[in-house]
Amino acid sequence: MTPILFIEQVLNGLQFGVMLFLMAAGLTLVFGVMGLINLAHGSLYMVGAFAAAAVAGATGSFLLALMAALTAAAAAGALVELVVIRRLYARDHLDQVLATFALILIFSEGTRWAFGSFPLFLDLPGYLSGPVTLPGGIEYPLYRLTLIVTGLVIAAGLFWLISGTRLGIRIRAGESDREMIAALGVDISKLYTVVFALGAALAGLAGAMVGAIQSVQVGMGEPVLILAFVVIVIGGIGSIKGALVGALLVGLTDTLGGLLLPEVFKLFMETSAASSTGSALASMLIYILMAGVLIWKPQGLFGGQT
Amino acid sequence: MSRETAINAVLLLGLAAVPLYAWATDEPFTITLATRVVILALAGVGLNIALGLGGLVSLGHAAFFGIGGYAMGILASHAQSYTPLMEVPFLIEGTKSMPVIWITAIVASALAALLIGALSLRTSGVYFIMITLAFGQMFYFFAISWPAYGGEDGLSIYVRNDFPGLNMLDPIQFFGICFALLALALWFNARLARSPFGLALNAARQNTQRVETVGLSPFRLRLAAFVISGAITGLAGALFADLNRFVSPTMFSWQMSGEIMVFIILGGVGRLYGPVAGAALFITLEHILGGLSEFWHIYLGALLLGVVLFARGGLIGLLAGRPVAHD
Repeated sequence: MTPILFIEQVLNGLQFGVMLFLMAAGLTLVFGVMGLINLAHGSLYMVGAFAAAAVAGATGSFLLALMAALTAAAAAGALVELVVIRRLYARDHLDQVLATFALILIFSEGTRWAFGSFPLFLDLPGYLSGPVTLPGGIEYPLYRLTLIVTGLVIAAGLFWLISGTRLGIRIRAGESDREMIAALGVDISKLYTVVFALGAALAGLAGAMVGAIQSVQVGMGEPVLILAFVVIVIGGIGSIKGALVGALLVGLTDTLGGLLLPEVFKLFMETSAASSTGSALASMLIYILMAGVLIWKPQGLFGGQT
Repeated sequence: MSRETAINAVLLLGLAAVPLYAWATDEPFTITLATRVVILALAGVGLNIALGLGGLVSLGHAAFFGIGGYAMGILASHAQSYTPLMEVPFLIEGTKSMPVIWITAIVASALAALLIGALSLRTSGVYFIMITLAFGQMFYFFAISWPAYGGEDGLSIYVRNDFPGLNMLDPIQFFGICFALLALALWFNARLARSPFGLALNAARQNTQRVETVGLSPFRLRLAAFVISGAITGLAGALFADLNRFVSPTMFSWQMSGEIMVFIILGGVGRLYGPVAGAALFITLEHILGGLSEFWHIYLGALLLGVVLFARGGLIGLLAGRPVAHD
C-alpha cells in the first residue's frame, strides 16, 4: 500500500465523517432539546436527495438543487413536527420509536409512489467535477474536497449558532429546563418546530450532497441513519461536539478498516482467507468501536456536555 | 373469565381453526399463511418478555431471529452436502433433525443474548435502544460479508427438515408443530410473569431503586429476561427458516426488529396475547392490502401511527375495552 493511497483513504474517511456529522447533528439536537428519538431522520435525508435530483433534472442547476433540498427537507421536517412529533414529546421512547418507524414506511412508500423504484442520478456541475492536485502530488476529486470543506464550515456555523446566538441560548436553555424557559416567555412549541426543521435541513443537505456521489433511491436514508445513531452514541447524546468527534471517528474507522484489516490479516493468513475475514470484520468494526466506547464510558465520550 | 381471557381463547382457537378449515377444503396457501402468523407471533412472544415484562426496548431482536435462522441453515446445508461442520477438535456433522436444530438455535441465540445483554444493559433508555440496534446491524453486516454461507444471497435448503414420527412436508403437520411451540411459549410466558422472578422483573421496570433496596439486582433480572427473550426469538427464527426453506441476511435486518416490535404494539403492549393478535393482524393486512395496492406500506404506516397516537391498548385493548397503563 502506497502512502498516496493511504492519504486518499484518510480524506475519504474525513468526507464520510463530515457528512455523517450533518446527519448526527440534527439527531442529537432533537434528542438533546426535546428528548425525542427520531427514526425518520433518514427519511428527511432521502427527501433532500430526491428534491435535489428532481430540481437538478428540471433546471440543470446544482445550486438550485441544493437550495431545493434544504427547503424541502426543512418543510417536511416542520410538517412532520406539527402533525406527528409534537404529540410524542411526553411519551416514552417505545412510542417514539414506533411512530417514527411508521413515518419511515409512509415516507419510503410515498417516495416510491411519486418517483418510482428506479434510482435517480444527480449530475455534478462542470466546475465541481474532475480532480485537484494537493500538495505532495496527490490527485483528489474536487467535489469530495468541497464536501469536506462545506461540512467543516457548517459544523463551525452550528457551533456558533449554539454558543453565540439568541436562538442557541434558547436551545440550550430548553435542553436544561423546558418549564423555566416557557415561564420566561419563550414560545417553546415554536422553538421545537424550528429546531426540528433545522435538523431536517441539515439531513436534507447531506442527502443532496451525497446524492451526487451515489445514486438517489428509496431506502437510502436507513443505513446512514443507523451510522448517525452510532455516531451520537459514541459522542454522547445531546452533544454537538461529541457528534463531530464521533462522526470523524466513525468515518475514518469505516474507510481505513476496510483498507487496513485485510492487510493485517495477510500477515498471518493466506491471501484469500485474509481478505474475506478482513472485510467481514471491517464491516463490523464501527459497531465494535461503539461497543468498546460504551463499555469504557456508558454515556459516550462527551455525554452530559453540550 | 374476564373479557380479555375470552378474547385470548377465541384468538388461539381461531388461529387453529383457520388452517384446519383450509386443510379440509384443500387450500395449502392459507395453511402456510397461518404458519407464518404462528411463527412470527412466537418471535413476538420472545421480544415481549424483554419489552412487555422487563420494559427493555430492544431494537436488535432480529439478531436472535437471524441466529436461529442461520443455525438451521448452517446445520441443514452441511447435512445436505454431507460435509462435516468441523472436524477439529471433535467432529460435528450437519443435521436435518428439527429438535437438534431447535436446541442449537436456542443455545446459540441465548449465548448471543447473554453477550449482547451484558454489554447493552450497562446503558439504559435511548442508549439501550441504539446499542441493541447497532448489535443487530453488526450481525447483519457480518452475514452479508461472510461468503462461506451464501453472503448476501443467503442459503437455500431443498427439503424441509425432519421431525421424528411426523411428515414435515405436509403443511398441516408443520403448522401443528409450530402451533404447539407457540402454545408452549405462551404458557411459559404466563407462568414466568406470575413467578417470583417475573414479579421482581416487573417491579424493576416500575421502580429500579425500590428493587435495589430489597436487595435484588435489576441488572441480573434484566439480563436473565433478555436471555430468555432472545432464546425464544431464536427458536422462532429456526422455524421461520424452515417454513421458507431459506435463510438470508434480511432476517438480521433492523426492519425485521422493527416488524417484531410492531406486532406487539398492534396487538397491545403488556398483554400476553398481544404478539399473537398483532402478528395475525399484520399478516392479514399484508395479504389484503398487498392485493389492493402496490404501495400498501403507506396504509400500514398510517394505521400504525394511528394506533401509537390514539389507540394505545392495541387490538386487544380495543376489543377488551380496558386500557392497560404501560410505562
